[in-house]
Amino acid sequence: MSAVPAVERLRHGRRLRDWLGDRVLLGLTGLAALAAIVVMVAIVLKVFGASRLAFDKFGIAFLWGRTWDATHDVYGALPGLFGTAVTSLMALVIAVPLAIAIALFLSELAPRGVGGIVGALVETLAAVPSVVLGLWGILVLGPFAANHLEPWLHDTLGFIPLFSGTPQSSGIFIAGLILAIMVVPIVASICRELFLSVPRELEEGALALGATRWEMVKGVVLSSSRPGIAAAVILGLGRAIGEAIAVTQVIGAGWTIQWSLFSTGDTLASRIAGQYQGAVSKMQVSALFYLGAILLVIGLVTNFLAQLVVRRAVVRTGAD
Amino acid sequence: MPSPEGTIDLRGRDGRTRRRRLMNRLAEIIALLAALFAVAILAIVVWSVAKRGAAQLSVGFLTKDLPLFGQPGGGIAPLIVGSAILVGIAALIAVPVGVLIAIFTNEFASPKLRAGIQLVIDLMNGLPSIVIAIFVFGLLVYGHAQNGLAGSYGLAIVMLPLVTRATQEVLRLVPSSQREGALALGASRWRTVLGVVLPSALGGIVTGTVLAVARAVGETAPLLFVTSIYANTVQWDPRHALPNMPVQIFIWSESPDPADHERAWATALVLIVFVLITSLLARLALARTRRNMAR
Repeated sequence: MSAVPAVERLRHGRRLRDWLGDRVLLGLTGLAALAAIVVMVAIVLKVFGASRLAFDKFGIAFLWGRTWDATHDVYGALPGLFGTAVTSLMALVIAVPLAIAIALFLSELAPRGVGGIVGALVETLAAVPSVVLGLWGILVLGPFAANHLEPWLHDTLGFIPLFSGTPQSSGIFIAGLILAIMVVPIVASICRELFLSVPRELEEGALALGATRWEMVKGVVLSSSRPGIAAAVILGLGRAIGEAIAVTQVIGAGWTIQWSLFSTGDTLASRIAGQYQGAVSKMQVSALFYLGAILLVIGLVTNFLAQLVVRRAVVRTGAD
Repeated sequence: MPSPEGTIDLRGRDGRTRRRRLMNRLAEIIALLAALFAVAILAIVVWSVAKRGAAQLSVGFLTKDLPLFGQPGGGIAPLIVGSAILVGIAALIAVPVGVLIAIFTNEFASPKLRAGIQLVIDLMNGLPSIVIAIFVFGLLVYGHAQNGLAGSYGLAIVMLPLVTRATQEVLRLVPSSQREGALALGASRWRTVLGVVLPSALGGIVTGTVLAVARAVGETAPLLFVTSIYANTVQWDPRHALPNMPVQIFIWSESPDPADHERAWATALVLIVFVLITSLLARLALARTRRNMAR
């Protein structure tokens, strides 16, 4: 008779432990998820909160103010917005066609072994720390561009204002090149996945109908992955806009708006990074946070857009 | 021999077919060149760093303290120790939290909740690191002294989405038959997760962690405002500013002194060797894990 209560007790103990264990695990994991949300909210609140001082003084006009005057505490973001737009557009113009071509090579052309190795190398390019890329940019790419690339562009296309200035070893042009190098692996690896996920039957159908490989790519692969490519480009754009360190190293600093790509300048991110030991007044620090708030909004919007595009594409292909 | 009117030349000698073939060949060549170009850029960058860095690199360079301002010689021992501490603490925070979040979204959360948390993780992943930098600066350092812990917190925010995503990916690969088997045998939820699901996902979690470490060790921005003014000797206490590789490369690259450029190259070589080897190994391991688990 004494065995039964023991088993009962054991069973009861186990049930209690399982009940407790389930709840503890659920609680811990839920807490971790909550922590991530809290951090995200805290980032938004803190960055906006700390830019309050500058926002109260300059208001929304900060966006089109052109000065950055620490002695009189007058600040505006326009040159940084301009620099950010020019450098990241230039990066996209160079990187997107290149990345799509790479992705097509990896998914459609290369034999499997070669594709694997080249794909790994392209992804390794993304693993190079931005500070190392910036070091290379200022000491190797910059002088090379100033001595060869920029004079050539200046001589052949100098009638366009973009290529009119004097070649220099640091400036917006170099920043655009470095950003392009950073954007290529992001866009290429997303596009490769997209292209690989195009149904095999569609591709073979096009080939069987007599299309050349390029016609098949144009008509089937590219057209069916258009929304995904858009998302990849948006993500690449977000990366280019937000990059601070490498751009700070190569762009040469300057809060001005000039049409020549060869002139020095600043992006929103590089202005913040460049002031890492310089910010003195409370207003200046707050103005830097205002720049950060603009970057934060751009970063959130670009990522949100990319998610939206991807989700809509998934829904649509699912419905088809 | 011209083909008669109204028939198709299957050998493709007519102008239109030739043009289509030419176009196809052109597209193939462009794609090949693009891939070669990207690989060439990587090779040039790595080669530049290796060539210039190797000239300076020596045992002394790895073991000596930082040179005082304007002095010749010196080494980067404080940078290596500092970077290891900063990334180590960041990993201690990001890895458990990231794994727990992945378990929550994959094993417990309703689809709606899962989508919401996923969005937060994706947005965090897309945050510019300079924004993380000023957040940590504004929260912990502005008005106080610089310290290594603040740097680690920033790096942890960089690592968290990476660890979470990597873990989610392997958790999704664990077949649901394994979970159902454990549950059918009477195991409780938490036992199933800890005893069945996590062990088979462990390999993927480790490689995801290694990739996140490789990324964090080169991150400069989150450290720039919070641990960039430091002593020139080895520091162990993260409550003070810790010397570290990325910030010092940044500072040296901005210096007008060519000797500082040499030091920057050598430090970059140490950094890049660590980053490339770890991320390459992790990628290979990840590919193997995927293959094994997909079977």
